[in-house]
Amino acid sequence: MKARTFGRHVRESLKSLKRNGWMTFASVSAVTVTLLLVGVFFMIMMNLSGLADSIENNVEIKVTLEPATSEENIVALKEQIEEMKQVDSLEHSTKEEELDRLIGVLGKGMGLYKSSNPLGDAFYVKVKDPQQIAKVAQTLKEYDYVEDSVYGEGTVEKLFNVLTTSRNIGAVLIVGLLVTAMFLISNTIRLTINSRGSEIEIMKLVGATNSFVRIPFVLEGVWLGLIGSIIPVIGLSIGYTRFYNTFSPRLENEIMQLLAPSPFLFQINFLVILIGVGIGVWGSFVSVRKFLNV
Amino acid sequence: MSIDIGDKVMIVMENVYKKYDSGVVASNGLSVSINPGEFVYVVGPSGAGKSTFIKMIYCEERPTTGKVSVDGVDVNTLKKKEIPYLRRKIGVVFQDFKLLPRLTVYENVAFALEVIEEMPSVIKKRVTDVLKLVGLSAKAKMFPNELSGGEQQRVAIARAIVNDPSVLIADEPTGNLDPDTSWEIMDILERINRQGTTIVMATHNKEVVNTNRHRVIAIEDGVITRDEYEGEYGYES
Repeated sequence: MKARTFGRHVRESLKSLKRNGWMTFASVSAVTVTLLLVGVFFMIMMNLSGLADSIENNVEIKVTLEPATSEENIVALKEQIEEMKQVDSLEHSTKEEELDRLIGVLGKGMGLYKSSNPLGDAFYVKVKDPQQIAKVAQTLKEYDYVEDSVYGEGTVEKLFNVLTTSRNIGAVLIVGLLVTAMFLISNTIRLTINSRGSEIEIMKLVGATNSFVRIPFVLEGVWLGLIGSIIPVIGLSIGYTRFYNTFSPRLENEIMQLLAPSPFLFQINFLVILIGVGIGVWGSFVSVRKFLNV
Repeated sequence: MSIDIGDKVMIVMENVYKKYDSGVVASNGLSVSINPGEFVYVVGPSGAGKSTFIKMIYCEERPTTGKVSVDGVDVNTLKKKEIPYLRRKIGVVFQDFKLLPRLTVYENVAFALEVIEEMPSVIKKRVTDVLKLVGLSAKAKMFPNELSGGEQQRVAIARAIVNDPSVLIADEPTGNLDPDTSWEIMDILERINRQGTTIVMATHNKEVVNTNRHRVIAIEDGVITRDEYEGEYGYES
């Protein structure tokens, strides 16, 4: 396309936005609301997903060994576990360290056991895929010299379930909102097309190509999406930065960590603008296509 | 009827049958050939298939079966994407002018060249020339609603011929005009025809057909019932 022609398309699309002021306002508002909600959902979901990741990475299996296990057998077992392909890392804790840990939790009274330590050594095993944790724990339990192998059954599964469900609900809500906004945009464009029906008819009669007719409307969709994303981008940026500055210090020692505004906000804003322009273009394509087939 | 298919023929229709989705049969085995430079009137009662005949020439409608070719372009095998390029060879004028009210006379005519991405310098020259031809140079900056019906139709004709088409299609160009104005329009069409442009004009205007004698094709119930050179209108108007 020639630059001169593109300039004409840009002028035409802007003129049309102005001429259909109220519909422009309506669809820009729809896009704004949609993108705000979509943006907030994305922020929540990405933070939840970050939480899920950090929980998943902190889940480990505690393998306790029988107290009488000999030194060689411990080393052999350690090597055997480390060689399993599901296993990410293994930390060896001697029976003395285990007792210290117990004293730390239960108090000095436990110090009595220092003379004859009833505990065995323990391995803290991290698996590569946290979803595999139950299977690995079960396998380890069957090994010789292993007294027990636990990973906090129940709690971990429940947490995973909650996270998966909330992700799914969020995804459904986002899709619903996107469809609504697209519907509004395509209606706006359809109205502007109707008001320019005779113009299009003449364009086609004198031999304008379909893309020549279509481009101004597609551009109009782009503008609607871009204008609609201004408020969400500003709002989400300010809102999240404040939220982060307020809550992040209080969460310093927790598993739950908020994603830092940079680069998170750039990603979110980029996504919001992309979705805005996307639904604008799609909405206009849908409505122009029908018209051009005549 | 035998049809001579060659470079010399501008419009060819061969056994054209057109049935609309509604079930209406608008062309029922229609064959005709029109040579370059001809002036052809298409006459017949309302609803006889004149408009469909005209629409099939500029590819607004396509035949259900049968062959249509315009200026060497086989319409049957023409892809949708290629239709605009056929239209650039065909100028179309309607009864209701179809001008854009918010554009001036000059802009209305230039519009036809802008949408086919013609160079600005070419647009300026061609629009100026063509406005002179239809006698509207002085009114180039006026808007359509400031013009009389005849003047508006002249703008429409100017727009139709500005990209120098091989065929000019006119669907009842004098239908909305008083007799005097109709003659002005006919004068312009005759002048365009003398410059070599083929003209196909659907009309109900008995006066015009019987005075400016040209080939007359009569269509009734989707078939050609009469095809005469220097023919008469042949219906009571």
